[in-house]
This record gives sequence, C-alpha cells and structure tokens, in this order.
Amino acid sequence: MRKSFLSFSLLGLVMLFLYVPIILIFAYGFVPNGVSMSFFGPGGHFQGFSGRWYGLVFSGHHSVRALLQSFWLSLRIATLATLVSCVIGTTSALALHRWRSRLQTVHYGLVYTPLIMPDILIGISLLMLFVACGVDCGFWTILIAHVTFCVSYVTMTLLARLQDFDDRIIEAAYDLGAGPWYTFFKVELPILLPGIVAGGLLAFTLSIDDVVITSFVNGAGTNTFPTYVSSMTKHSRNLPAVFVLSTLMLLFTGVLAGVSKLLTGKSTRQA
Amino acid sequence: MGEFLEFQGVTKRFGSVRAVNNVSFSVKRGEFFSLLGPSGCGKTTLLRLIAGFEQPDAGRILLDGQDITQLPPNHRNVNTVFQNYALFPHMTVFENIAFGLRGARRPKDEIEHEVHAMLKLVQMEDKAEHLPSQISGGQKQRVASARALVNKPSDLLLDEPLAALDLKLRQRMLLELDLIHDQVGITFLYVTHDQGEAMSLSDRIAVMHSGVCEQIATPAEVYEAPKTSFVASFIGDTNFFDGIVASAPEDDYCIVEIPDFADIEGFNGVLCYNDKKKTVGDHVNLSIRPEKFGISIDPPKRQFAHMNALRAKVEDIIYTGNHTNYWVSVGERRIAVYQQHAGYLLDEKPIRWGDEVWLYWNADSGYMLDDDAAPDDPLLPPKTSSAPASPSRADDAEGTAP
Repeated sequence: MRKSFLSFSLLGLVMLFLYVPIILIFAYGFVPNGVSMSFFGPGGHFQGFSGRWYGLVFSGHHSVRALLQSFWLSLRIATLATLVSCVIGTTSALALHRWRSRLQTVHYGLVYTPLIMPDILIGISLLMLFVACGVDCGFWTILIAHVTFCVSYVTMTLLARLQDFDDRIIEAAYDLGAGPWYTFFKVELPILLPGIVAGGLLAFTLSIDDVVITSFVNGAGTNTFPTYVSSMTKHSRNLPAVFVLSTLMLLFTGVLAGVSKLLTGKSTRQA
Repeated sequence: MGEFLEFQGVTKRFGSVRAVNNVSFSVKRGEFFSLLGPSGCGKTTLLRLIAGFEQPDAGRILLDGQDITQLPPNHRNVNTVFQNYALFPHMTVFENIAFGLRGARRPKDEIEHEVHAMLKLVQMEDKAEHLPSQISGGQKQRVASARALVNKPSDLLLDEPLAALDLKLRQRMLLELDLIHDQVGITFLYVTHDQGEAMSLSDRIAVMHSGVCEQIATPAEVYEAPKTSFVASFIGDTNFFDGIVASAPEDDYCIVEIPDFADIEGFNGVLCYNDKKKTVGDHVNLSIRPEKFGISIDPPKRQFAHMNALRAKVEDIIYTGNHTNYWVSVGERRIAVYQQHAGYLLDEKPIRWGDEVWLYWNADSGYMLDDDAAPDDPLLPPKTSSAPASPSRADDAEGTAP
C-alpha cells in the first residue's frame, strides 16, 4: 500500500515535470496581452483569458503575418522533405538490404554519418557548399538540407524493419508469375509500408522543428517557424501567437502519433 | 508418358563448389519424383534451377520439350511449395491463393471459383479470411500447396514441405499430399532428406550425393538393389562385405572369399547371387540388409536352395517390440541383424547376450554394389563410420580392405 503510494507520487511528479510546460503553452495562448511572460509572478498583471490571439491567427492579422508565413513554410518544407526522403530512403534501404559489396559499406557509412554528425557541422558544410556553387539560399536550400538528414532516419528505420523481412516471399511472388513491379507494389510495399510511414513521421518531426541546420542555410528573409520563433522570443509583443501555433502543432503531432500507432499496431498483428 | 522434365548435363557452381555436377535425368509426366539426399547434396539447388531462381553454369533444362534454361522464374509454368511456406503475411488465405490468378488478370468470378475449389481440396474453406499468422503450421502447408496448385502448373516443386511439422502431423500431411497428387494428376518434384517420406510417396527416387545423382529408381529398387555403397547406407541400414570371387560353381552363383571370415574353420566363403557376372579373382562389394539374416540358437533347417550359415556370438540386443536388433560378431567382424517376430516371442527359444548362435541367410539376399569401395573414392562415407544419416547402425563400414 505504502509502496504503491510512493510510486504513484513519483509518477505524478514526473508527469507534472513533463506536461506542465505543455499545459502552460496551451494556457498562454489565451492570454490577451503578450508583454510579460511571468504574468502569474511578481510584476505580472493577469487580465483573464481571451480568444484574441486565436482570432488574430485564424484571421491572418498583419501583426502575425510573418509568423504565419514561417509556419506555412515549415509545413511545406517538412511535407516535401518527408516525401522526398521516403522515396530515396526506401530505395536506399532496399539496396543496402539486398546487395552486399565494398561499395555498399561506403553507402552505409554515407547514410549513417548524418545521424552522428553534429547539426552545426552539417549546417556549416552545407552552407559552404551552397556558397561555393553560387546558389542563393532560400526555400530550396532548406529543403535540400532537410532531405539530407531525413533520408538517414528513413533508411535506418526501414533497414531495421527489413531484418524481419523474409526474402523468400519475393521468390514466392516471382514463382507465382508476378513480375518485379507487380511484386514490389503488391508484396514488398504493403509489407514495408508501416516501416516507411514510421520513418516518414520521424523525418517530418525532425524537419519541422529543426533550428540549427536551417539557420545556416535559410538565407536572409526566409524563416521557418522554429527559426522565426527563436529569433522573436526575446523581444516580440506577438508571443501569444507563437503559443497558439504551438498548440495547433501539438494537436497535429498528436493526430500523427495516433495514426502511426494505429499503423504499427496493425503491422504487429500481421507479423 | 513421355519425358516431361529433362536435365541435360546440368552443372551449378557456387564459388569453387560444384553444388550440382553434370546431372542428367528425366521425369515422366504425372510422376511423383523425389530428390533424396543429405543436406548439402545439391537437391535444393536442383529444385531452384527448375524454378528459375538459379541459372546453371552448364547444361540445359527442358520442360515439356521447351528449353527453359534462360527463362526468368515468372515465365515458367512451374510453382513451388517453399520449405517455410513463404506465405504473404499481409494477405488473407484467400488472397494468398488468388495471388497468381490476379497477377494473370483472370476474370474476378473465375478467380473466386478457382480459389474456392482449391480451398475445398485442401479443406481450408472455413479459414479463407484468416491471415497466415492466425493459422497453424499444417494449415500453412495446405495454403502453400493450394497457392501453387491453383495456377495449374505443369510441374509442382516441393522443397521439404513437411520439414517444419511435428511427426504426427507430418505423417498425416504425407497422406494428404499423396491424395492431392492422385487428384490433380500433375508432376510432383519432391525434395527431401527424409528417406521415409521419399520411400512412401514416390514413383521414383533420385538419390543425390555431393551434387551427383547416385541412382534413379523406384523405392523398392533403391532399397533392394542399391547401386553404390552411399545409396545402400543412406537408405535403410546395411552391412557391407568386401571380398574376392574364389570360385563360380554355378552360372548364377559364386563363392566370395571375405578376409574378415578367413580364420573361420570349415567356412570357405560366402555364397552369392552373381547378377553382376563376376569371374574368379574379381573384387566384390556386397551389401546385406540386417533384416535379411536369420538368427537362431538351434542349427537352421535348410530353408533356401542357396544358403549361408555361420556361427556368431551375440554382442548386443535391443528389443523394440515389433522387432529385435542384434549385433553379433563373427571373428572380429560385427554384423547387424534385425529380426521380426512373426510368432509369439515368448514361445521362442530366447537369445541372450553372449550366446553362440547360428547366423544364416539366403544367397539371393545379398546385393553386389557397383562401386568397389576403393579407399580413395571420395563419394564413400569414411571407413570408420558408415552412418551419415542413422546413428543406430552398427559401426561396420567396409571391413578391412585386403
């Protein structure tokens, strides 16, 4: 009895530590004035809750326009980077799984490196590359940078899943008269889809909140949501709009996590 | 009944290893043909060559008169039942069986009809909507068979389809496979390392060893008239005797002097049926199955026209109920003897450990092998143990060569 009381109170503390900040973000979104962040503390002046910032965000008010633009840019880049890295990552994982050679060892090393390389190194080296090539930094350089590290995560996730893949079922498909394309779309892809989706979700999450690499390759005037937020936290009067968008992102991520849970749950039933 | 599936000098190398070495044989239409051999003998490689998963380094494979050597697997009219079944895990039993027909873009109602006919044949109608993970091993085996058979292949390839099942289930599936073969009437090519499966199902067996076909014959021929000492020892148990023809008193019989028995007084050689037309001085490698011997305390009555009888000492007895295994020694030589108990055992005069007994056998029961069991022949099992497959065999290889 006492033991369970102790463990429950510990659990409660951990949950508080993890979730109170999130709840606060949600709560700050309903604060009418954005001047002080410590409105409960000394010097704060709590003025009650209002949906003012939600109204401003949804109506696209000019004071939050730049923030909204950065939010849409982030969504576009994350979606595109996810799609591109899913395609490249899947082919890369299939190739790594199916063929072994010295060249494949190099291939594996190339895919693995971005996982262990510090973000700041990736950022600097990509910036140097873009400058050397004379490319103007902007949407496309951010996208390329994001694809660069997202591919690694998709490939690694899928490679782990391919470990359990029985290669003989591909032979079985050929044996039953199916060609390579029919086999890929009817047998390989459906079985690997949960792995691809899991890798894609990981890529999306990483892309949408990347600050370090993006801040090197975004160029002047182009800001993704995370870089914009990090630059405005110290001096902006529009901070509650950030909380509103953060809350929306949280909901969106929650939905994504639910979908991925459903998909992986389905795949374990099949395995 | 023409030649249906033909191998012409097929060789397949993996690195420096010849997995299949210049194999030529043919299978007749509708036949149940088994490839039997220990693991690593090349039987699965041979099957994969027919399915098209491997390409031969030399030779041709003909299916129904057509050269299929270069055809990719999806263009060959053969289907495989894989050892681990290789069912598609994301498809139901119905979808698994329908896969081949759907790939061939057959009309929907036809697919429905064919698949249900197959489900009925393998008695899986009530499991059509189950996923492979929801059915048992024996049921997976049936689905794998149905998935292959529904495409009406001209040849069904089975790669150790029962190896993953337990003994009781294996025996039942064996009967079911036999029944299916009778019903669909297509050629079955069955790969197994289990001599029992091969003996009970096959019309003919190809015994393989080190990438070479040692013998192709009916189960009874393979057992009773093995060509080589490998075949004789891999299928069933046997005793090998090495000797030289001393005399040929009759046209069909000869007396073989066996060095192991040289010291026995009053015994001047083993009387053998001479179907290989050996002449005096020829080397003979004789195989005598343990159950061909008679064993008794009393001197045997003369039961056969050409009979051998020897005094022997009982060294070991294993009683198994329906028969007893004896190991007896004649001089330095140990011989395995299996005795059926046709009469009531307790009425018989009991044979005990250490007894001096009579060992007798019909001269027609021995069989002369083709190979001379020369010591440098790489195909032969090692001299000290002739038991690659069955540990219960007496440890008598070829005896000491002269």
